[in-house]
Amino acid sequence: MSQDALKRTPLFPLYEQYGAKVINFGGWALPVHFSSIIDEHQAVRGAAGLFDVSHMGEFLIEGHQAESFLNYLLTNDVTKISINQAQYTAMCYPDGGTVDDLLVYKLADDRFLLVVNAANIEKDFNWVAEHASRFAGLSISNISDQMAQLAIQGPQAEQILQQLTKTDLSQIKGFHFLQEIEIANISDILVSRTGYTGEDGFELYLANSEAPKLWQALLAANDAIMACGLGARDTLRFEARLALYGQELSDKISPLEAGISFTVKLNKPADFIGKTALAEQKAAGLKRKLVGVELLGRGIPRHDYRVLTAEGTEIGVITSGTHSPSLKKHLGLALINTDYSEVGTTVYIEIRNKLVEAKIVKTPFLTKK
Amino acid sequence: MTKTIKFTIKHEWIVPLTDNRARIGITDFAQQELGDIVYVENAEVDDKVNAGDSLGVIESVKAASDFYAPISGTIVKVNESLEDEPEKINSDPYEAGWLVEIEFTDPSELEQLLDEAAYQNLIAEGEE
Repeated sequence: MSQDALKRTPLFPLYEQYGAKVINFGGWALPVHFSSIIDEHQAVRGAAGLFDVSHMGEFLIEGHQAESFLNYLLTNDVTKISINQAQYTAMCYPDGGTVDDLLVYKLADDRFLLVVNAANIEKDFNWVAEHASRFAGLSISNISDQMAQLAIQGPQAEQILQQLTKTDLSQIKGFHFLQEIEIANISDILVSRTGYTGEDGFELYLANSEAPKLWQALLAANDAIMACGLGARDTLRFEARLALYGQELSDKISPLEAGISFTVKLNKPADFIGKTALAEQKAAGLKRKLVGVELLGRGIPRHDYRVLTAEGTEIGVITSGTHSPSLKKHLGLALINTDYSEVGTTVYIEIRNKLVEAKIVKTPFLTKK
Repeated sequence: MTKTIKFTIKHEWIVPLTDNRARIGITDFAQQELGDIVYVENAEVDDKVNAGDSLGVIESVKAASDFYAPISGTIVKVNESLEDEPEKINSDPYEAGWLVEIEFTDPSELEQLLDEAAYQNLIAEGEE
């Protein structure tokens, strides 16, 4: 596909001057890196990095029944969050397979923002709209094309962002946010203490038109911050074992199997889509679960590689795998038969028709210091 | 005989060292496209290959990519230092980051490869 046919974020015109290597990322022209994936990864672990994640989708759900609707649509318990609080959650099919994983922001008692994966925007919106019809007075709108998102991540993220705003950022706790904040003389920014890297940091939601200005201001604010592409975003989220839809999660993989059972509140009073199937899955015991694998032999585990026993029986599949820039090991996440999921178990990864020895290891591979 | 560097359309380079022996690597353009290289599964000494056969796999953080034999022959030496320092391919693709040495029988195969100017044109066209 020619790059001209790809969708672009409002930051696209700036990529070149920051040295981006742009690739086709699920139909979007996005930077895989600006300098090098490893350098950008280390910048986020050690100082700060700035990501353009404007391709992510945003839906507004409004109406007096908005909360009831979301509690029916989503597996987590939306009633547990307060205004200016965010929640990580899943959206399931009746059979327990996953439609998407997403963040819910409670903007007001009758107003919520959903942030969904870019590749799923259309599918998700159709799913949300289809089920919204059961609830009176709901307004749902897809504002993905009007909204940009920048993520500033890393141990120095707060300090650098604080240079550009009068709002005291230390008052924003994890998974909380503030609305209509001014940063770098740009008003009306939603500042959320969330991220997808395993580090402290913020996600900033704002109008498309203001996004280039904010990007430039953040990179100019401090020498310690580095422009980062989606390559580093992937290695960072991988080390922190944050699920990526299409790899750890899919319509064939439930949130329980993918190791995000904390998003599934089987005990919440409300009925929700997938509840029966997920409750049955849990009661029967999970047949497969997500584990970490570390290669002992040579090679790198990659998405879709098979996991086998020494005898050659297939027991699972690699969902994501890479060279870990922080740990300098070749690691994978695998969805594996529960019988083989204990830490220390020896398994084999099929790499180009060869079986390479690996062992099950604890995840997340890396935890925040 | 010519000691001039030649190129393939798949971004390998080959430099003849003697009348029947040549060194092979990937180009600077190729290493830039791949990004940080973290693993090489190289060919083995005594492997017999035809022009166009896969010689091995170079893995960046993002993905695994094959590299190919520019000409036919027998692998006589591999760059073993890449086992521990695959990043040499990024930092020095034409010298320290070489991949294999091949003993070849048909020097005319070299004539079919791209010269430097033709290769630079190929890259320039691809970037348009």
